[in-house]
Amino acid sequence: MNFSGQDFIYGCSAIGAGLAMIAGIGPGVGQGIAAGYGASAVGRNPGAKSDITSTMLLGQAVAETTGLYGLVVAIILMFVKPFG
Amino acid sequence: MGMSTVIQREADFMIHGILKYSIGGHEVWITTTTIGMVIVSIIILVLAFMAKKTMEHATDVPGTFQNVIELGVEMLEKMTQGILGSNAKKFANYIGTIFLFILFCNLSGLLGLRAPTADFGVTFLLGLVTFGIVQYQGIKNRKFRHFTSLFEPVPVLFPINLIGEVANPISISLRLFANLLSGVIIMGLWYGMLPIFVNIGIPAALHVYCDVFSGAIQTYVFCMLTMVYINDKME
Repeated sequence: MNFSGQDFIYGCSAIGAGLAMIAGIGPGVGQGIAAGYGASAVGRNPGAKSDITSTMLLGQAVAETTGLYGLVVAIILMFVKPFG
Repeated sequence: MGMSTVIQREADFMIHGILKYSIGGHEVWITTTTIGMVIVSIIILVLAFMAKKTMEHATDVPGTFQNVIELGVEMLEKMTQGILGSNAKKFANYIGTIFLFILFCNLSGLLGLRAPTADFGVTFLLGLVTFGIVQYQGIKNRKFRHFTSLFEPVPVLFPINLIGEVANPISISLRLFANLLSGVIIMGLWYGMLPIFVNIGIPAALHVYCDVFSGAIQTYVFCMLTMVYINDKME
């Protein structure tokens, strides 16, 4: 079986895309913490449920950004093939 | 193994060129994004004309459509006043426009279109418009302090302040783009790679999450962050 240098680069790009998605850990932890505090806030003050929920979702959506940067890097490595 | 080679379909989540023409030697493509944006714009225009016609003959006891319009306008006022305060009136038009545009673009996945906001060209332009408005407001309201504030609290921090300023449009546009792109990719993989019998009923739940929920949240976030950036430069 023969490998060209091109194949090697594509393989390494795929591995790099997988490694880039490790970035998904951070937002998962962060969103979980936000949801946990949101739940305890609703428990303490059930009347403010809608306000708490919208604030929590906004914070989570912003916290998601770093994970999405990882996703963008992975997609660029997989489909745009910058090193091909 | 035998089954999977028989049903060979392809996942499709890329932007496709439809029509090519050249302006002054440059190749310009009409893509699926362009088509989606035209369809979304037509839908918004039709809704706007309907709204105008309804509000011209507004009644004291509102009908269904008038109720929906009034609810939307009240929500927009509440949203802008929550962050911009007394300046809300000046920016409500712009915020309402981009809110409707991004919302309908995000929801267009439900019509079978490829969401126009899943194209970095569209979201980066939206981010640049936000950047332009923010810088204009900064110069208008704070004159020279707009530039000298880059050297605060100590002049050594100038490069970091500058990066922080320039990174804003990139970060809000990438956030919107990547969220929508991940939705488009998940839907494309689901429709393209799995056997046909899973494509009955289940995609509805996925559309609710990827298009409706995620799309609405990201629309809200984009508008909120735009307002927060503008509010930073108001005094």
